[in-house]
Amino acid sequence: MTVQHHPATALQGAAILPLKDGRDGGLVFTIAVLSFLACIAVIAALAADRAAQGWARQLAGSATVQVRPMGGLSGPEAAAQAAEALAGVKGVLEARAMDRKSAEALLEPWLGKGNIPADLPLPQLVTVELDPEKPATAAALNQALKAAHLSAAVDDHSRWMADVRASSDTVRASSAIACLLISAAAGAVIAFATRQGLAARRDIVEVLHLCGAEDPFVARLFQKRFAGLAMRASAYGALAAAAVGAILRLTGGSDGFSPALPIAWTDLAACVAAPVLGATVAAVSAHSVAMAILREQV
Amino acid sequence: MSSQGTEFTTQTALEATIPVVSFESVSMRYGQSPEVLRDLNFTLATGSFHFLTGASGAGKSSLLKLIYMAARPSRGALRIFDRDISHTPREHLPLLRRRIGVVFQEFRLLDHLNAFDNVALPLRIAGRKVEDYQSDVVELLEWVGLGHRLWAMPPTLSGGEKQRLSIARAVVTKPDILLADEPTGNVDHAMALRILRLLVELNRMGATVVIASHDQDLVARSGMPVMHLEDGQLSTLAPTVSQPPTPEPVGLDE
Ligand SMILES: Nc1ncnc2c1ncn2[C@@H]1O[C@H](COP(=O)(O)OP(=O)(O)OP(=O)(O)O)[C@@H](O)[C@H]1O
Ligand SMILES: [Mg+2]
Repeated sequence: MTVQHHPATALQGAAILPLKDGRDGGLVFTIAVLSFLACIAVIAALAADRAAQGWARQLAGSATVQVRPMGGLSGPEAAAQAAEALAGVKGVLEARAMDRKSAEALLEPWLGKGNIPADLPLPQLVTVELDPEKPATAAALNQALKAAHLSAAVDDHSRWMADVRASSDTVRASSAIACLLISAAAGAVIAFATRQGLAARRDIVEVLHLCGAEDPFVARLFQKRFAGLAMRASAYGALAAAAVGAILRLTGGSDGFSPALPIAWTDLAACVAAPVLGATVAAVSAHSVAMAILREQV
Repeated sequence: MSSQGTEFTTQTALEATIPVVSFESVSMRYGQSPEVLRDLNFTLATGSFHFLTGASGAGKSSLLKLIYMAARPSRGALRIFDRDISHTPREHLPLLRRRIGVVFQEFRLLDHLNAFDNVALPLRIAGRKVEDYQSDVVELLEWVGLGHRLWAMPPTLSGGEKQRLSIARAVVTKPDILLADEPTGNVDHAMALRILRLLVELNRMGATVVIASHDQDLVARSGMPVMHLEDGQLSTLAPTVSQPPTPEPVGLDE
């Protein structure tokens, strides 16, 4: 028998749990905020990682040699000789003795423009540009200087690179921990909401049981409901985070005013994961809490 | 069908196989309060039809609760479908409950679901597809006189309509046991008779039926055996009309 006088679609079966709960507004807001924070943490970590990589690349591509005047050579003379010796080393693209002007320019931030006395002894520096593919090692540079009978200290920036690497690891770990904590918080919020929902819908749950529903059937109703809600709320948060990221990118980005946090458009794609992750966390949390509560009943 | 205490005395060999419900010294209480049912001993043969009477508060609903497994006995052995219910783990109850239809005294319809969805609920729970049951549900709703109210929400239904809706939900799975708690409490006499005929019909199709009722007139006219609760104890009374019940109980035809 078919129902002719009614559209068949209307008989598809409404949601067994009432759709509107009133309390949902606060829950959506909370999950959206958590999602927003998680997305911002991830975007920041991605940008910080990119910045660190940039610094590391710059540091790895150069070395600084400080030359001590010795054996009757003046400072600039010694520096010029050192530059010559270093230029011939394999893995060095260019070696340039820094003239007094550029050395003074380096000191200006500390001493102030025009405050540097003309007779202030400045270190004689040679900047070495290394082949980024196969950079010369500090040992090779030292050997070349020794062969030219020059006394000098080579700084290949490895110490700074280690620092940069360490701080970028810290940023990455902090972001991961933040995301974990935020996920846990979302899970806890959903667990609370599930507990509330089960209590508020006790009458419905009881009817379902008396009609032969098994616990997983009931748990799935709450799981589906909260997973859907969390997915929606996480999407709101992710959208907001993406908007903030986009504003930062437009006003600065990788080569704008905030080179310290070079956001790329691709970083914003990370926000896509938020609704999926939010829904997963909510589903797992709601299901396990509902099952735990139901199992306690007689 | 016997009217004296135990079922086995006058049963045929076939009926005497295994009772569908068996109470052995069963008592029941709510929490720490005094027992509302004390030391009940009776069995229900497969395909039997009983009325359950007793004053308000005598424990009729409580006795039905034991059978539909919403409560467990505090003492004694309760067997349903030959399973010891007191010791059946919780996760085995749903499949047993699906074989029991219940018309609750307070209906317990889901107010946010329309009439169709309320009746379809046990089928959805059993995992049936809407394409498979849609026509059955519509047909059943027409049978209880609600064919024109498929989309009505329970709060918009009259008392009698709610009652018939809850009867439809109870019988939609063609249960082996049908428990009806005051199924005629909210309807006029004509409708009460109609509902009773419906339940007798289901009984003829094989369901074991227990109806808790205050309606002395209805009980008398049905000619069915009566279990009477008093002081938490059960006395089985002779049916007021004939014994055994005729295939077409007197007083039920238009
Ligand atoms: N959920 C409950 N918690 C505690 N006591 C209860 C509960 N339900 C019923 N009782 C008590 O158990 C006793 C039997 O109640 P029950 O509902 O079984 O009676 P009844 O015969 O169905 O009455 P009625 O004809 O009014 O429906 C009553 O004294 C009642 O107060
Ligand atoms: Mg009652």
